[in-house]
Amino acid sequence: MIKLSGFGASKGIAIGILHFYRNETQTVMRRRIEDVQLELARMDAARTAAARELAELYEIALEQVGEQGALLFEIHQMMLEDEDYCESIKSIITNQGINAEYAVALTGDNFSKMFAEMDDAYMQARASDVKDISERLIKILSGKDTSVQHFDEPVILAAEDLAPSETVQLDKDKILAFVTVEGSNNSHTAILARTMGIPAVIKLGKELSEELEGKLVGVDGFTGELVVDPDSETLQKLQTRHEENVRKKRLLEQLKGMPAETGYGQRVLTYANIGSIADLGAVLLNDAEGIGLFRTEFLYLESDHYPTESEQFNVYRKVVERMSGKRVIFRTLDIGADKQAAYFELPAEENPAMGLRAIRICLTREQIFKEQLRALLHASNYGKLAIMFPMITSLWEIREVKRILEDTKQEMREAGLPFEEDIEFGVMIETPAAAIVSNQLAREVDFFSVGTNDLTQYLLAVDRQNQSLARFHDAYHPALLEMIRLASDNAHKHGKWIGICGELAADLAMTETFLAFGIDELSVAPTSVLPLREKVRSLQTDSRQDILRGHKAYLNE
Amino acid sequence: MKQFTYVIQDNDGIHARPAGILVKQAKQFESSKITLNKGGENADLKKLFALMKLGVKHGDEVTVTIEDGDEQHAADILLDFFKNNL
Repeated sequence: MIKLSGFGASKGIAIGILHFYRNETQTVMRRRIEDVQLELARMDAARTAAARELAELYEIALEQVGEQGALLFEIHQMMLEDEDYCESIKSIITNQGINAEYAVALTGDNFSKMFAEMDDAYMQARASDVKDISERLIKILSGKDTSVQHFDEPVILAAEDLAPSETVQLDKDKILAFVTVEGSNNSHTAILARTMGIPAVIKLGKELSEELEGKLVGVDGFTGELVVDPDSETLQKLQTRHEENVRKKRLLEQLKGMPAETGYGQRVLTYANIGSIADLGAVLLNDAEGIGLFRTEFLYLESDHYPTESEQFNVYRKVVERMSGKRVIFRTLDIGADKQAAYFELPAEENPAMGLRAIRICLTREQIFKEQLRALLHASNYGKLAIMFPMITSLWEIREVKRILEDTKQEMREAGLPFEEDIEFGVMIETPAAAIVSNQLAREVDFFSVGTNDLTQYLLAVDRQNQSLARFHDAYHPALLEMIRLASDNAHKHGKWIGICGELAADLAMTETFLAFGIDELSVAPTSVLPLREKVRSLQTDSRQDILRGHKAYLNE
Repeated sequence: MKQFTYVIQDNDGIHARPAGILVKQAKQFESSKITLNKGGENADLKKLFALMKLGVKHGDEVTVTIEDGDEQHAADILLDFFKNNL
C-alpha cells in the first residue's frame, strides 16, 4: 500500500483502476516550406476549423455544466483571435519560411510562458488555456483527430494535467475520479470537476507515474489523498465513506427544487445567510430559495474608506442578478461593537455591545446611511431586493429610518433615477424591546427577521463568546422562545411575515417549535439549507397545538 | 483625444472574460488607437493577451485613452462598460 498526497480539488471518494490518459504530447517537426502563401492559407483554414470546434464545445459544455462552465470556450475563441498571437504565427511563417505547426508551437510556448510568469494565480492558470488552443491548432494542421480517447470500463483517470477541452469531451459515465500530477485549484478542470460532482485530486507530483497503470487505487477528494493498492481495512473505510457520501448527495439531489413543506401542509421558506459575494456559489449550489440575510458589513470592513455608492451598487447588483428573481434581503450596515473599521473613527466605549452601533450609527450619520440606501435602491432595478434594518429598539427609530428612506427615494425621483417603488423593508428583532413592541413595529414594516444571537445575548445578559458563562447561556430559554412567539403573532396580526436568521434557525431540534409559532422563513448557512428542508419535509404529525400549549403552560405554571 | 480614469471595483479585476468582451467592443470602434494604462504600463485595448498581461486587479486605477475616429462615442460606451461590469 502506498499513499500519495496532493490537493483535493473536488470532493468525493472513488475506488477503481488507475488509467493514464495519454495526451499524446505532439512532437512538432520544424520544416522548411516552399510556398509561404500556401502555408498562410493552411493556417487560416486551421483557425476557422478551430473556431468552429470551440463553438461546438461551447454548446456541449453549456448542456453539461451550464453557462459558467461553458464560458471558458468563449474565452478560448477570443484568445484564438488575439492579434499578437496571430501576428506572431504569421511572421514566423513568413520571415523564417517554416511550417505552420512549428510556428504555432513556438508562439504557444512564448505566450503560455508569459502567463506562467505572472504573479497572479488566476493569470498563471491561463497558461494552460494558451497551450490548449495551440494544441488544437497543431492537431488540426497535422490532420489529427481532435476528439478524445474513450474507455470501455469506468476508470480513475490520471494525467500530467488535463486540458479544459479534454475534460469536457470525456465520457463522464466512464470516469470515477480525476487525479493529476500538476494542475491548480483555479484551473478550469478543477472547476468543471466540481460542477460535475466528480472527485478530483491534483498536484500529486511525480510519484504519480505511469508505473502505477492498472493498479487498484482509492481517491479521497476531501483530504487530497491517493492510496495505491489499499489494504482491506483502508478499502473498507473508503467504501463506507463513499457510500455515506453518495447517500447524502442523492438525498440532497432529491431535495433540490422541492418545497420545504411538512406532511400536514405547512410551508416554510428556506433561505441562506451570507457575508460576502464569494458565498453566492454555495447559495445556488445548495438551492436556497432566497437570501434571508446578506451582511453588508464586509464592504465597510474590507475597505479603508467609506465605500462609495457605485462600489456598493456593483456588489448589490451582482448579487440580485445572480439570484435571478429570488428575494435577497440586505441588512444595512451593522458595524460597531466587535466589528470596527478605523476610518469610522468611532469613540472608544466602555461597553461597545450596547454602544454606538448598527442603526444607531446610521441615524447619527445620515449621509453614510443615505449612500447605502441609494446604492440599494439603484440595485433594486435588477432583481428582487429587500432592505432590513438592524438593532431597532423603538418605534421612533423605524419612523426616522422610513423618513430617511423616503427622502432618498424622493431625491432619486427628482434626479430621474429609476428604482423599485414598492421595495420591501423590514426590521430585525434582536432586542427584547423590539419583540415587546412588535405589535407597533409590525404596522410600520413589511417583515420581521429574528436575530437569535443578539436577542439571546441581550435577553439573558450573557456574552456568548465568554466560555466560562456557557452554563448560563441557554439557547432554548423559554423567555427567548416567548419573544419569538410574540413577534410572530404580532407580525401575522398585521398581515406581515416573519423569518429567523440567527444560528438557532439551523438547529433542527427547534424546527418543529418554529413551525408551531408560525414562522414563515428560516435563513441558515448555505450548507444547512437542504438538511433543514429535509427536516421540514420529514415532519408528518401535526403537533403544533401541543407545542404551543406546552410552551404556554410552562410560562403560566 | 478622449480619456477617462476608473478604479476597478470588481473583486476579480479584469479577468479573461471581461477582457475578451472589452477587446471585442474596442475592435468595433473606428478609433485607430485605444490604450489602457495601469501604473505606467500600456496595453492596446484591441489585444486580449496584452490586456491580460497587465493583470489589472481590484482597486487598480486605470486610464483609457481613445484617439481619432469616433472617440467620444467610444469613450461613452467603454466607460459605461467599466461602470457596469468592472
